[in-house]
Amino acid sequence: MEITLTHYLVLSTILFSIGLIGVMRRKNLLMLFFATEILLNATNIAFAAISHYIGDLSGQMFAFFIIAIAASEVAIGLGLLIVWYKRTGKIDLDQMNSMRG
Amino acid sequence: MELYLYIALFAPLVGSLFAGLFGASVKTAVTGYVASGLLFASFVSSAILLSYVMGGHTVHVEMMTWIAAGDLYIPFGFVVDQVSVVMMMVVTIVSTVVHVYSIGYMDHDKGFNRFFSYLSAFVFSMMVLVMSDNFAGLFIGWEGVGLCSWLLIGFWYHKESATWAANEAFIMNRIADLGMLIGIFLIYWNTGSLQYDVVFSEIENLPLIVTTWIGIFLFIGAMGKSAQFPLHTWLADAMEGPTPVSALIHAATMVTAGVYLVVRANPIYDLIPNVGLFIASLGAFVALFAASMALVNRDMKRIIAYSTLSQLGYMFVAAGLGAYWVALFHLMAHAFFKALLFLGAGNVMHAMHDELDPFKMGGLRKVMKGTFIMMTLASVALAGIYPFAGFFSKDLILEVGFVEHHYVIYTVLLLTAGLTAFYSFRLVALIFHGEERYKLFGIHPHEAYKFMLVAMSPLLVLAMIAGSFKMTYYQLVTSLLPDTQYHVHGEMTYWIMTIGTQLFVMAAIAFAYKKYANGGVSVPDGTSKTENRFCYKLLSNQYYIPKFYEEVFSKPYLELSRIAWKQFDLKIVDATVDAIANAIYKTGENTRDIQNGNLSTMLRWMVVGLVVLVSLAVAFTVGYNALGA
Repeated sequence: MEITLTHYLVLSTILFSIGLIGVMRRKNLLMLFFATEILLNATNIAFAAISHYIGDLSGQMFAFFIIAIAASEVAIGLGLLIVWYKRTGKIDLDQMNSMRG
Repeated sequence: MELYLYIALFAPLVGSLFAGLFGASVKTAVTGYVASGLLFASFVSSAILLSYVMGGHTVHVEMMTWIAAGDLYIPFGFVVDQVSVVMMMVVTIVSTVVHVYSIGYMDHDKGFNRFFSYLSAFVFSMMVLVMSDNFAGLFIGWEGVGLCSWLLIGFWYHKESATWAANEAFIMNRIADLGMLIGIFLIYWNTGSLQYDVVFSEIENLPLIVTTWIGIFLFIGAMGKSAQFPLHTWLADAMEGPTPVSALIHAATMVTAGVYLVVRANPIYDLIPNVGLFIASLGAFVALFAASMALVNRDMKRIIAYSTLSQLGYMFVAAGLGAYWVALFHLMAHAFFKALLFLGAGNVMHAMHDELDPFKMGGLRKVMKGTFIMMTLASVALAGIYPFAGFFSKDLILEVGFVEHHYVIYTVLLLTAGLTAFYSFRLVALIFHGEERYKLFGIHPHEAYKFMLVAMSPLLVLAMIAGSFKMTYYQLVTSLLPDTQYHVHGEMTYWIMTIGTQLFVMAAIAFAYKKYANGGVSVPDGTSKTENRFCYKLLSNQYYIPKFYEEVFSKPYLELSRIAWKQFDLKIVDATVDAIANAIYKTGENTRDIQNGNLSTMLRWMVVGLVVLVSLAVAFTVGYNALGA
């Protein structure tokens, strides 16, 4: 069986849905980061697949950019997470409400 | 000369604005002096303009463009010609006198400054009305005097009756003004201009039917302002205002604006003698109708108001029969003696602590000598006794009726002249002669301030001698108005008519004196035989016309308004607006939970938003492609 564009897009959609559900359901901040990474990589797969399909390299370049941005996001996010953990000893999303209006 | 024109026009406005600055504060005598002084300046300028116009010139200025849109061009233009200068003189003389008089009359009133502001504003509007060189400017002045009349009738706004009367006057005038506005529209529609000179030169080329409608609609406007039947009820109720207001607005100037309009539009009315005849007939009817109501009335100011109405009827007879200069002459003479009569009545009112029933007065001539003389002479002038002003103007109107072969109108007017003499001297006799009935009511009357009497004296002099200006006046105005002399055929007939009229009028005066000046007059209490007669009741209830209006117009209208309010306003309009507001409020109430500060919930809503946006994008793309294909 040959692997076509459709397979890649289906994989991408499944991963995106998993990421989305993760974003919605997870209460642990670390798990939330994982979910975000899954979301971003789902789009990366779609970008790379479509780029290959239409023979244009721009899509793959975009994928690289996204990887770079995801890396920096995780770096900053983890930094903040560690600071938060040091101050409160918890990383539960429901308890992060000190700025509630 | 333009300078004098602007002074005459704008001095009252400056006075009004100056007094208006202090409008809300307590009495400052200076406002009265400044307003009167500026009015006097306006009077002097008018006099200078009069002498200039008598030299055969006219002044015509275009101050600025008012409306210029497409073919429509209406400037703020003012003209001082033979007709408007006469009106300017009448307005400025009477208003100067009334201003000075009011300084004394309104002495103890809290609204002293406000009063002068309104009064001067009125004079300004009146000047705009008479000096404008086009129908639009005339209409502005027309509405301006209506507004000031409303403000001044309702001057004592804490009195329910005063506010009611003010609204009545305003609404009645609004009905008539609609007619006037339609007339002006018709003029513009058919001649393409509103300038008097253009309109009057074009009017002959119009179809007769159009001219007739223009004449009718303009006259409807005049009927409202001059309180002609059936729009007359407001004038008697307008007496709720301060007496100087009645003298200036509701006797001398504003109510004569209708006559001025007909006189000014004489080239139109000359073409439609049928409408003219209707105007004359209505005038004669109103003359008799109003005089009959004055016969039995027991309110001093209302009697004089009905007399004004009656005299306005005379003016319309003259104007309707094409004797425009006669109408204007009677307007002028009437302004002087009627304003004098009102101001005298104001003195009496002050003396009697605002008592208006002449039956409760009597014998006041001993304490109020000056007022007594002035009111008697004013009544003599009103009755038309030689050689006072009323004789020349009123007799002329009778002659016009006779010469034009309208004998019915002539007879009605002759009868009215007798009634006029009777009710005028009934009033004088009841107030100044007979027993001192006021003592029963514990009133201590006193004469008015001396300067008020001095202020009134110019009017007295004019009421006495205005008739002698007849020829000068005739030569002046007939250069603009149709020059028709009215001579009764046959010397003999003329003398019989004149002397007969005089004797008739004098007999009426003598009868009034005999009946009311001697002792034996008591305060009517509704039990005497006369008072229970049908015709007395009919007259004292003003022919039941106010009652009729209330039953036929006011009450159904109130009912209609109530239905509109309850059914339409509350149930449809209000309900719709409330529903929109409620929907928004409820939405806010229900969605505020989104902002609960929980990051997890916010993320979920973010996902919802994303889904919505993506769905929209997909839907639009699909739709767009479907359309494109």
